[in-house]
Amino acid sequence: MLRKVVRWGVLALAFAMPGASFALNAEQALAIAAGDNDLRIVALNAAVARGDERLAAFVQAMLDDEVKVAGPRVFIVHDGKTTDAATGAAATLPDGAEDVTNNNRTRGALEAALAGLRVFSPDVGVRRTAIAELAKVSLDDRQLPLVEKAFAAETDPALKSQLERMRSTMLVTSSDRGKRLAAAGDLAGSNQSAVASLLQERLGPSGEADPEVRAALQQALTTVRARLAWGEKLAVVFTGISLGSVLLLVALGLAITYGLMGVINMAHGELMMIGAYTTYVVQNLFRQYLPGIFDAYVIAAIPAAFLVSALVGAVLERGVIRFLYGRPLETLLATWGISLVLQQSVRSLFGAQNVPVENPNWLSGGVEVMSNLVLPYNRIAIIAFAMIVLGGVALLIAKTRFGLFIRGVTQNRRMASCVGVDTARIDMLAFSFGAGIAGLGGVALSQIGNVGPDLGQSYIVDSFLVVVVGGVGQLAGTVVAAVGLGVLNKLFEGLAGAVLAKIAVLVIIVVFIQRKPSGLFAMKGRSAEA
Amino acid sequence: MSAVLTPPSVALVPRRGLLLGIRGWAGVTIALAVVAVIVPIANLLVPGDSVFHLSDYAVQLVAKIMCYAMCALAMDLIWGYTGILSLGHGVFFALGGYAMGMYLMRQIGSDGQYRLPMPDFMVFLNWKEFPWHWAVSDSFVAQMLLVVLAPGLLAFVFGFFAFRSRIKGVYFSIITQAMTFAMMLLFFRNETGFGGNNGFTDFKRILGMPLATPSMRMTLFVITGCTLIAFFLMARAIVESKFGRVLQAIRDAESRVMFTGYDPLRYKLAIWTLSAAMCGIAGALYVPQVGIINPSEMTPAASIEIAIWTAVGGRATLIGPIVGAFFVNGMKSWFTQAFPEFWLYALGAMFIAVTLFLPQGIVGLVRGPDGVLARLRRSTRREGGSAS
Repeated sequence: MLRKVVRWGVLALAFAMPGASFALNAEQALAIAAGDNDLRIVALNAAVARGDERLAAFVQAMLDDEVKVAGPRVFIVHDGKTTDAATGAAATLPDGAEDVTNNNRTRGALEAALAGLRVFSPDVGVRRTAIAELAKVSLDDRQLPLVEKAFAAETDPALKSQLERMRSTMLVTSSDRGKRLAAAGDLAGSNQSAVASLLQERLGPSGEADPEVRAALQQALTTVRARLAWGEKLAVVFTGISLGSVLLLVALGLAITYGLMGVINMAHGELMMIGAYTTYVVQNLFRQYLPGIFDAYVIAAIPAAFLVSALVGAVLERGVIRFLYGRPLETLLATWGISLVLQQSVRSLFGAQNVPVENPNWLSGGVEVMSNLVLPYNRIAIIAFAMIVLGGVALLIAKTRFGLFIRGVTQNRRMASCVGVDTARIDMLAFSFGAGIAGLGGVALSQIGNVGPDLGQSYIVDSFLVVVVGGVGQLAGTVVAAVGLGVLNKLFEGLAGAVLAKIAVLVIIVVFIQRKPSGLFAMKGRSAEA
Repeated sequence: MSAVLTPPSVALVPRRGLLLGIRGWAGVTIALAVVAVIVPIANLLVPGDSVFHLSDYAVQLVAKIMCYAMCALAMDLIWGYTGILSLGHGVFFALGGYAMGMYLMRQIGSDGQYRLPMPDFMVFLNWKEFPWHWAVSDSFVAQMLLVVLAPGLLAFVFGFFAFRSRIKGVYFSIITQAMTFAMMLLFFRNETGFGGNNGFTDFKRILGMPLATPSMRMTLFVITGCTLIAFFLMARAIVESKFGRVLQAIRDAESRVMFTGYDPLRYKLAIWTLSAAMCGIAGALYVPQVGIINPSEMTPAASIEIAIWTAVGGRATLIGPIVGAFFVNGMKSWFTQAFPEFWLYALGAMFIAVTLFLPQGIVGLVRGPDGVLARLRRSTRREGGSAS
């Protein structure tokens, strides 16, 4: 609490005493850098009030622990170069210079001083971040002068309206009725959930008394809520599509091994797990040997995971699955056994605990579309990745010679064999291709969830449902089913909670299969045995 | 697509009169004697230091495996004889177990941690009254009916919709697995009223009698053993009846059965529901002897393990599933003591090896046209008939 008061006190001062531009002199720098903490804060406040373009750099250096004191002189040591804090001239650091230490309180004061200085910065970008920082702090009367001042000085229209809204949230409690009314009108344009709760509070019993202002507040609240509801709806759709794209990545491999080849592979989830662990290994290799381009590890992990999973897939096909073609139930059991062995091998190799996989910098964070709708970069990247993989698989199946062979063997194995296709080889390649796609899914999953030995188990049920609903034999059904189930799941989750949503989706699937026993896009044919 | 399941054995010829041959009945009598006489004597009367003494641990282990064997038998009826692989039998087992568990929880009375008439987990959740599905939990008879009805009803409804739309083969397996998954999630929740992930435990008594006495343990053991034998005979009767013949026909060529005027839906639904109810009873016998029931019995892995017991022993033979349950679970308790890290490797290898090399299971290795018995017989006299 104290820290906050100090911080806002500094900001208020920054507004209150704008004054002419004084140069930061050695005495002032020393007063800020050394001595009793309370006196230091007073000195800092005074300096902020005077305003000086070098002050910002000095405060920043203080925060970065780059300031040293030697006798009466204060130095900034940045990147090994020493400058005099007061004059900005290059200097040599005398022997016996002492570090300046900051405690939480002085640090808070320094940060607040920096934000206050930046709101008046000539650079739009700096102002934008400073205002965004201000918006995160809960505002009260003490900050009103600062915001008023910044609002008056602001030239950028977008930032001006942000500051105006910020001002309105404070003015809504003002004693002037006209100001309150204007504030209520202005707040209707907000899309922040905090504003909605503020309006709600003002409409409460201890809030607004004036009926006209109340009506304006009520109207503003309705508008803001309607806007927020859109954000929520969009958020549901987005998370649904995001889950759908994950399911799609998982199901794409299955669409090849199960949909095209008819092999029911219960170890599919474990092939994804292998992909995720490959990502982990690649990450560690990059951290060890190539820390400079660590952020690129995900890119390198993509082909690595594909190859490792495809290799494991090829071994499985040659070793086990080829003996079981045409016996789906046996395949199911054997591949379940494989999945147990793979899980246990991973436990023996990497331990039973989850392993940490970090998001690279360019995948962390997100775009804030609305206050209650943030789209994380990793989710967006996965949606894009799923689309790319889907496109690649579709092209490969439809346009390449290998795809032609796969389709040929699927449709009529004997005829394909007669015209010279090496069906056993195609089986192996197709299966390991599907396994490789599973590995790609593993890379994606490693960026959004835990990487552990049972990673595969949690997606396998859902992904089989996707293939069942989508119908066997083509990709279009898989895509529609994956995205559809993803959105449906999240929609119900919002209404009834995760577990009931799962059950509801299952019931819908069972009912759906009643109507369309062979999936969304059934193969046309006259066979009695579908 | 030729999804025809390779028939694991020659279809049984219906027999008139007695269910089993002379040797069969002799076997059943011996089993009955072992369960009802020899084990109780060896455990209760033979002194602890004697070689013939059977430890409590062994009795409990055998009792547990006999419950599993009932599940494997139920699985055999639906998978081995009807060709429908269920990946949801663990749910039926657990439902029966939970029905029994509810009654046992009520029997604790006020002896729980909180000394209140409600089960501890309800006190913990601050519930003041019993939820609706606990309405009859105080009555033994009603709960025992639920042991059969709860899994039976779930199976009936689920099976009706699934079989009606002719979901078969792997599709059906996947759907049952999805059901298992959903039920597991449901039972993991505290709000469902089944104790969340802790489930039910700390049982004190049954029918007013304390559970933890040697005589009660032995009583439950004998009941379990006799139930298993009764299930075996019932399964035998089913398999050899006309009904059972239709089931095997459905397994081998469902379309042809349909075209000859049978409605496979009824047959499949009947055996499916019966199989679920058998699992429910197995679960109900399992819970008081093991002393705990929790949602881990409902994991998809637990259900799929039942299939492997049946497959290891030998599908479409009735003794097979029992042998398989004993073999796999015996291995499991040995492995988890001797080399705990390697159990999953062994289990996984078993899944692979049985499907690749032993489609007829252990029993097929011994019996059948290529079995050890037949080969022995062939080598002694030049006749070459098979036992079945």
